Amino acid sequence: MARTETRENTVTLKVFRQNPRRHAQPHFQTLQIPSEPGMTVLSALLYAKERLDHTIAIRYSCRMASCGSCGMKINGLPKLACYTQISELGEGPIIVEPLGHYPLVRDLVTDFQGFFDKHRSIRPYIMRRDSSEQETSETEYNQSPRELEDYLQFSYCIKCGLCNAACPTVASDPNFIGPQALGQAYRYVSDSRDEGAHDRVSALDSAHGIWRCHFAGACSFVCPKGVDPALAIQRLRKLVVREPKRPGALLLIRDAQRA
Amino acid sequence: MTEVLSYDIIIVGSGIAGLRAAIEAARVSKEECSIAVITKVQAMRSHSVSAEGGTAAVLYPEKGDSVESHIFDTIKGSDYLADQDAVEFFAKAMPSEIYLLEHWGMPWSRTEDGRIAQRNFGGYSFPRATFAADRVGFFEMQTLYDTTRKFDNIHFFQEWYVTSLIIDHGVFRGVTAIDLKSGDLSAFSGKAGIVATGGAGRLYRFATYGYSSTPDGLSLAYRAGAPIEDMEFVQFHPTGLIPSGVLITEGARGDGAVLINSKGERFMKKYAPEKMDLASRDVVSRAMITEIQEARGLKDPVSGMEHLLLDLRHLGAEKIKERLSAIREIAIKFKGIDPIDDPLPVRPVCHYTMGGIKTNVRAETPIVGLWSAGEAACVSINGANRLGANSTAECLVFGAQAGAGAAARAHGQLTANIEQEAIGKEAKRLFDGIFHGSGSENPYEIHNTVQMIMDRYAYVYRSGEGLEAGLKELRELRSRAYRHVDDQAKEYNTNFVNVLELDAMFDMAEIVLAGGLARNESRGAHSRVDFPKRDDPNWLKHTLAYWAPQGPRFEYAPVTITKYTPAERHY
Repeated sequence: MARTETRENTVTLKVFRQNPRRHAQPHFQTLQIPSEPGMTVLSALLYAKERLDHTIAIRYSCRMASCGSCGMKINGLPKLACYTQISELGEGPIIVEPLGHYPLVRDLVTDFQGFFDKHRSIRPYIMRRDSSEQETSETEYNQSPRELEDYLQFSYCIKCGLCNAACPTVASDPNFIGPQALGQAYRYVSDSRDEGAHDRVSALDSAHGIWRCHFAGACSFVCPKGVDPALAIQRLRKLVVREPKRPGALLLIRDAQRA
Repeated sequence: MTEVLSYDIIIVGSGIAGLRAAIEAARVSKEECSIAVITKVQAMRSHSVSAEGGTAAVLYPEKGDSVESHIFDTIKGSDYLADQDAVEFFAKAMPSEIYLLEHWGMPWSRTEDGRIAQRNFGGYSFPRATFAADRVGFFEMQTLYDTTRKFDNIHFFQEWYVTSLIIDHGVFRGVTAIDLKSGDLSAFSGKAGIVATGGAGRLYRFATYGYSSTPDGLSLAYRAGAPIEDMEFVQFHPTGLIPSGVLITEGARGDGAVLINSKGERFMKKYAPEKMDLASRDVVSRAMITEIQEARGLKDPVSGMEHLLLDLRHLGAEKIKERLSAIREIAIKFKGIDPIDDPLPVRPVCHYTMGGIKTNVRAETPIVGLWSAGEAACVSINGANRLGANSTAECLVFGAQAGAGAAARAHGQLTANIEQEAIGKEAKRLFDGIFHGSGSENPYEIHNTVQMIMDRYAYVYRSGEGLEAGLKELRELRSRAYRHVDDQAKEYNTNFVNVLELDAMFDMAEIVLAGGLARNESRGAHSRVDFPKRDDPNWLKHTLAYWAPQGPRFEYAPVTITKYTPAERHY
């Protein structure tokens, strides 16, 4: 189906619609949007919501790929709508669907509660043996630019959830911690200020943790911020496997590597 | 019966100020008090994530910086409308906020010796903008949100839209809110409340803000009887990327980028011979509009927007990639321009509301039991013009103040009973009056028209005539029948929320226009062509807008001056 069947300078959106709480059947709504240079899928959807059909449910906010709200499937691939130009999608109608592997709330909006819970399960914060000293504020922990570099890439995660939507393992094992949370586990474990690695081992070194990953690499492929969760998971494995099952293993290995 | 949920502290908003408040309340109460963070977006989606360039703090007195200097720069930047006691408190409190964030995981950029790095920013006499590449707000949000995950007593209510504050005889008792997912209205009873809902920037169409930055929280407090202070002072950041308005950080100029006009001239040398491109934002934005008005701007062939150029090329690829990677990504993605190769088209863009809910240094509003912090509040450390890097800083200092104050109040107070009658009245207003309301106007067109009125009449330069016309157009627009909701499903109904947001926009747009019309002087970001001079004898005072049925009622309050005598600004 070519876009030329519509007027010049218009784009055809096929938008997934369903309100599951009303037991409505899913269907695709076809909408014609006048396109303009630089138009994103989000701006096309907002044009539709404002002028053609106020009832389309969408989640969005910053429109600059910082807030992570507008993840959806665009022509089959998980993407941020605000970061996808109409012009990069080629000919034919643009098919917009909710992210896979999340419960549907309505139309393009999915439920992220489980996602946020998994993120919390890996204890996404700096842990120090002396936690009271951590709450003081007279000076910083020293960290060299090189040490910063070790984890910086992994801290770009905007929690948009595209990686979990792309992951084939998440599809088959709903209890899999998933690339987002595992990536963030590595972000904290690899931070020179963190001393909580051994406290995270039991969560990570489990049947639904790092060993469940089949290394399809889909997470890294769809990540809009270059986080590379697949690499993070491989590195977590490397850290755990060197000294399996010993409490504090991760910590000791990392300290040894640094020495 | 409507469900009433009970918490010690109710925080509305989950940006930097709201999250910092939640953490402080959890820390000082030794995790004993229950904290509800109610946010109309998901946690981590608030627009604080888009702050880019820096957070100001004095970290290196041994290298020549001083708290005194941070205080003075801020007061001078404010065009002397800041309350000086508040600025003093703020600047002194800031360094420890930087270190606390660092201890909680903030990836601050580092110097070679492993210490926290700082960069130059507009209006400062020392490079004290603490930075984490050009994603400062994002990383602060991540650090704070992730740190809240340590505490079992911080409960998030994500995608809940607060519709009213419940006030009983001048005392905060709770809020009503709609759970977006179910569409149901609930009430929250609380011993203390904190409004941290950010600014009003989406009153404008050309704005750096995300779509969620409508002035909901300001309107809630206004309607509950709190005064809204200094709302006529709206900051236009010099470098909004056209046509989207996405921010190009001041850190770019801090790192050496320069503004040029169509003749290739560094025009800022005419307007601010000493500081040039790093004069305060109001000064640079006015210079840019003057250049455009005097035909030394350029015109974007696609959008037709007039603009100037921000040139980063001489910084070199390496520095741009290391320190300004996010704005490079933005420029390539949203304008197809790589700043390594070509200058960026920019023009002044709505970026910040200096005004907000009146608070004192302890972040208390005049309503007992209600605090406010961050851009939603007006302490005022920003006066008539905020300096860059002081906004995220303000969120931290006064977010912490609000959290500590609310926790202290919650300790020992009894939970208030919320009358079902009050909730029933709110349900009637919302569902009978608006959700089932009727009308012929498209609320989204009305929304866009409000923004066009603000873009046109309350931009960088204003006139009495223009503000009056804008006010007239706004009031006419408000009388139209927009309060109806086409989407009649309960679940995730953003159409309903958007109509409610529009009411908040009307409230605040009216205050900006009317407050600006009343203020017959030019000070900081409020620049009246018909009153081009600052007028201290008559106007060295804060504007306070109180809700009244026929539109805002204005009162004025003195500015707190400690030891910095108002003087003419030069940059």
